Amino acid sequence: MKFLQFFRTKGVNNVIYPILSILLGMLGAGIIIAFFGVNPFTAYKELVKGSFGSIYGLSATLQRFMPLAFAGLAATLAFRGGIFNIGIEGQLYMGALFSTWVGISFEKLPAIIHIPLALLAGGIAGGIWAFIPGYLKAKKGFNEILVSIFMNFIGVYTLGAALNTFLRAPGQGIPWSSEIVESARLPQLPGSDLSIGIFMIFIFAFTIQYIFKHRTFGYEIKAVGYNKDASIYGGINTTKVIIVTMVLSGFIGSFAGSVEILGMQHRLTENFLVDYGYNAIPVALLGGLNPFGTLVAAFFFAALINGASSMQIALGVPVAIVKVIMALAILGSLGMHGLQKTVESRRKRRDEQL
Amino acid sequence: MNNFIIAGLALTTPILLAAIGDLYAEKSGVLNLGIEASMILGAYFSYHFAFFFGNVYIGLLAAVIASLILGIISGIFIVSLKCDQVVYGVGINILALGLTSTIFRKSFSVGSGYEKSPGLPKLDAQFIKDIPFIGGILSQQTILFYVAIAFLLVTIIVLYYTSVGLKIRAAGDNPNAADTLGVNVPLLRYICLMISVIFGALGGAALTIGDLHFFQDGMTAGRGFIALAAIIFGRYKPLGVLFAALVFGMSDAFQLKMQVIGLNIPYQLFLIIPYLITILALFVVGPSVAPRFNGKPFYRGGDNS
Repeated sequence: MKFLQFFRTKGVNNVIYPILSILLGMLGAGIIIAFFGVNPFTAYKELVKGSFGSIYGLSATLQRFMPLAFAGLAATLAFRGGIFNIGIEGQLYMGALFSTWVGISFEKLPAIIHIPLALLAGGIAGGIWAFIPGYLKAKKGFNEILVSIFMNFIGVYTLGAALNTFLRAPGQGIPWSSEIVESARLPQLPGSDLSIGIFMIFIFAFTIQYIFKHRTFGYEIKAVGYNKDASIYGGINTTKVIIVTMVLSGFIGSFAGSVEILGMQHRLTENFLVDYGYNAIPVALLGGLNPFGTLVAAFFFAALINGASSMQIALGVPVAIVKVIMALAILGSLGMHGLQKTVESRRKRRDEQL
Repeated sequence: MNNFIIAGLALTTPILLAAIGDLYAEKSGVLNLGIEASMILGAYFSYHFAFFFGNVYIGLLAAVIASLILGIISGIFIVSLKCDQVVYGVGINILALGLTSTIFRKSFSVGSGYEKSPGLPKLDAQFIKDIPFIGGILSQQTILFYVAIAFLLVTIIVLYYTSVGLKIRAAGDNPNAADTLGVNVPLLRYICLMISVIFGALGGAALTIGDLHFFQDGMTAGRGFIALAAIIFGRYKPLGVLFAALVFGMSDAFQLKMQVIGLNIPYQLFLIIPYLITILALFVVGPSVAPRFNGKPFYRGGDNS
């Protein structure tokens, strides 16, 4: 089976399919919006205004973009290797948990050491979280999808348990952590409230692209993703490739959580980012499993998520409608490809019979 | 103690219904991640219709109808169009969450507290109460508990003592061989998917009209995945699934009790139990016992690898 190959379209289709899918999603959601007695065009205008209409709106969109982009890149890397890492939600929760822990623990470290240390702690935690499904898949043949979903729940609940015990800010009624100390906070870009984490996104994207294009390991990832049996025959150590790909994916995914806490929220709460790990999957797929396509898709979804709140405030259309748009886009894309494939194979069979 | 077991069984029912139903889909070779979607649809629509019609059985019927629509869509995507089952599952789960939450906000004034719907009656007939030892516990369960138990027994017979069961297992383990012997693999998978979504929806209904009598955004909270964990922990066998569902349901009840008592142990540690013991079990047990072609589309006469 060519793993998810149909999402990796070439040339013009690379742009047409995602746009068609998203239009389909907006059409479907538009019908539901109409049921609310709201003109869908007014609603979408409000959405665009909310996400791009002001400097404040644009900045909020970019803030939503960052975790989605990290998570989307993590998904892209794993998917290209033929591994379904659905565990990014758990990996980013563990990333946030451990970088918070480091970020509130050391008082007098210089920032140049403290920040990398905090990010690394989160990255290792995310990597370990991804290692477990990777190991169980590579060594024992268990389905990595189910294992990584289970790891998500374990991760989310572990964070909750940590916030109720050792991470809980002393003397507070709410389960949240102390504030990240000054030396562990990511510096912000001058004149904005965006952290330098945004550069890390591009560094990751370029690195992934470089590895795919120019390194043997990138070739091995793609080969295992394309045809595992042929890769074994070709002498690739698939066990190693699967585990390393998964760990790298978890490492990148953890940044979605740690950069959010160290760069923006500065305090860990139980629901600090909900569903970003799951949303990474539509982001990566509609981005054509290409690092830069993923960034475009992440930006689009960030705008949707951000604009939806102003749509809710202005028109009373619930934020949940964004989920409908995303889901219809991904299902539409899936269905279109499936339909195309089915029609083609029918035609081929008919031609053979003639 | 009795109260604890009553609560435990009430929490086992949704998981057991969904897990046994989904066992058909998994055995036939369909990896149905959309089980979470069927549960949330069942939970919402049973509540919605029970609330507005004032009749729980209309609610139950609505859940089944909603799930049938979902089942047909799932069948088209997974079986007919041979789409990737995981991407479909992730997509349909997001869609179901978004839809139920949107319709919920449209139909109820969220924020004014939970509006309670009528609930399924407890089967507390005298002859059930008179059963020695367990009568007091059983009389506090709804009809869905009995449906789950009956369904479990039927499933054991169907899967292991009928030719249909053999065909289902063959469709999951070796669809090409089954096809050669005249089994209609796509039709079989359609039917198994239908069974999966219907009982998933009943499981969702067991949560709302069977237990809590209200609805909350995303209230299934991963119970569909707990059902999948029960299948894996139960080694794809009906009695194993029953055992797993009981363990998971009881640990959930225990967790709720701890929260009420206010002990200092974070309740999340108990919510982890189903997932943690499933993964630990995977490390300990031998190779996977999943049907060999679980999650792979069936191409007639083609390459299925």
